[in-house]
Amino acid sequence: MYDLLTNLLGNQIVAYVIAASLPLIFVLTFVLFAVLAERKVSAHMQDRLGPMRVGWHGIIQTLADMLKLLQKEDIVPEGADRPLFNLAPLLTFLGTYAAFAAIPFAGIYVGSSTAIGIYYITAVSGLVVAGLLLAGWASDNKYSLYGAMRTAAQIVSYEIPTAIAILTMVMVSGTLSLMKISDMQTAHFWNWWILGGPETGIVKFLLIPFMIITFLIYYISSLAEVNRTPFDLPEAESELVSGYHTEYSGMKFAFFFLAEYANMFAVSAIAVTLFLGGFHSPIGYLGHSLGIDWLIPVEQFFWFAFKGTALVFVQMWLRWTLPRVRVDQLMVICWKYLIPYAVVNLIIVGIITLL
Amino acid sequence: MKKYLKNTWDALWTIFIGMKVTWKHLFIPSVTIQYPDEHRPIPDRARNRLYVNIDDCIGCMQCQRACPVDCIDIKTVKALPTDELGLTSKGTKKALWVTQFNIDFAKCMYCQLCVFPCPTECITMTKVFEFSEYEREKLLYNFSNLTLSEVKEKEENYAKFMEKKAAEKAAAAAAKAKAAAEAKAKQEAEKKDNDNKPSSEEKDS
Repeated sequence: MYDLLTNLLGNQIVAYVIAASLPLIFVLTFVLFAVLAERKVSAHMQDRLGPMRVGWHGIIQTLADMLKLLQKEDIVPEGADRPLFNLAPLLTFLGTYAAFAAIPFAGIYVGSSTAIGIYYITAVSGLVVAGLLLAGWASDNKYSLYGAMRTAAQIVSYEIPTAIAILTMVMVSGTLSLMKISDMQTAHFWNWWILGGPETGIVKFLLIPFMIITFLIYYISSLAEVNRTPFDLPEAESELVSGYHTEYSGMKFAFFFLAEYANMFAVSAIAVTLFLGGFHSPIGYLGHSLGIDWLIPVEQFFWFAFKGTALVFVQMWLRWTLPRVRVDQLMVICWKYLIPYAVVNLIIVGIITLL
Repeated sequence: MKKYLKNTWDALWTIFIGMKVTWKHLFIPSVTIQYPDEHRPIPDRARNRLYVNIDDCIGCMQCQRACPVDCIDIKTVKALPTDELGLTSKGTKKALWVTQFNIDFAKCMYCQLCVFPCPTECITMTKVFEFSEYEREKLLYNFSNLTLSEVKEKEENYAKFMEKKAAEKAAAAAAKAKAAAEAKAKQEAEKKDNDNKPSSEEKDS
């Protein structure tokens, strides 16, 4: 992609800037529709209709909301630590957006084709915690601080099962590069890692149940990492007003919102890349059979976005199904259930791959 | 250990059951009624805004008297005998110009007590309940169909008529008084005559 753009524009820097802002366009459009989808899904699951006024069935409701947020007064509380207060939303979004740099959207497009993609993503996601902690601390508000502390405790705890699940996948596939992991799962859906990957024979069938367990562990702990219900303690409305972004208004609040939804897609994208074949089509490419070369990247992007969005939908589905867990239950789920299962799973998968 | 595994299984299984329920609800038609576009049917005996069919009103003021909160304010002017007011739909003859028929819906409590005494059934409950206003004055509804100039005209007409009548009456009274005076004078004159020449009858008696 870089080479293509460099050849096209003749300037490496411009090519880099354009290539780096492509995920931003995707993220913005995704958030625009994800917010609406969230409201619609929640509404229909509760036998309501959701937004219906702006456009056909409220299709441009999010645009109207964005316009409203843009016009809002940018309030900074008197006791707030001004520089940190302003820095926090940026840092949060930065941490989220940095993760997109290593996610392969299509065969020809990955922000950084680094060999340690998944490791980089795990590391850079930690920046989000810093941003949220800053927001809570700088707001000078007890609810914000509680929310931020809960976020920190929760994300740091759930990093462990996430990391172990990712480690399992790295062990099985033998690479840290997300591009290589994607390419292992090419051709058809029985090559997806959740169905044993490109292994053959008895190993593949032995792997399947443990891959499903790994997927579940990763999915559950990623839910906690993006602060979604049932793990939305950091922004529990009934307890903490709205947690770390209580004091934020206008565009700064919008940034937190953007970061939350971008994060939802980021963790889903990692799950897709690791377990569900990445950008590869489950049924083969139309471009191959028709002999149209340029169609293949488009199809790959479509499949990637489709799978990612489907997982985001499951996140929403879970959100409107389950109630919030208690703080002690949160820790019990992580330390007493997810981590032991993840470790045992890691060992078993290790033994199977030795076969 | 057994309990631990059972807990895990229960957690996953119950989440699955819950997701099944929400999935079903995703496709159940919603119960929402899009209010300003759709309305729920109003019950037959619902009490909402009043309406006055002023063509039928005979200005009897029974509704005004029945109103517990005095929100109805009627003013009438008597019609001249020459005025053509027409009949009500029930065939009652109208004798009054209803120059003002104000109902203050800011005061009205929708008790429907004004509806029952109306002899011509001209004041009724409608199904309209969405008539909120930003200013309280706008809730004062005037049902009279006469314009201000018409009201003035009717009042002047009536005043003139009354003046004329009074004048006629006065004239009649004056004439009567005159006649009476004349009669009296005549009588007195007759009396005088009688006094002057006492009648035989008097003597007889």
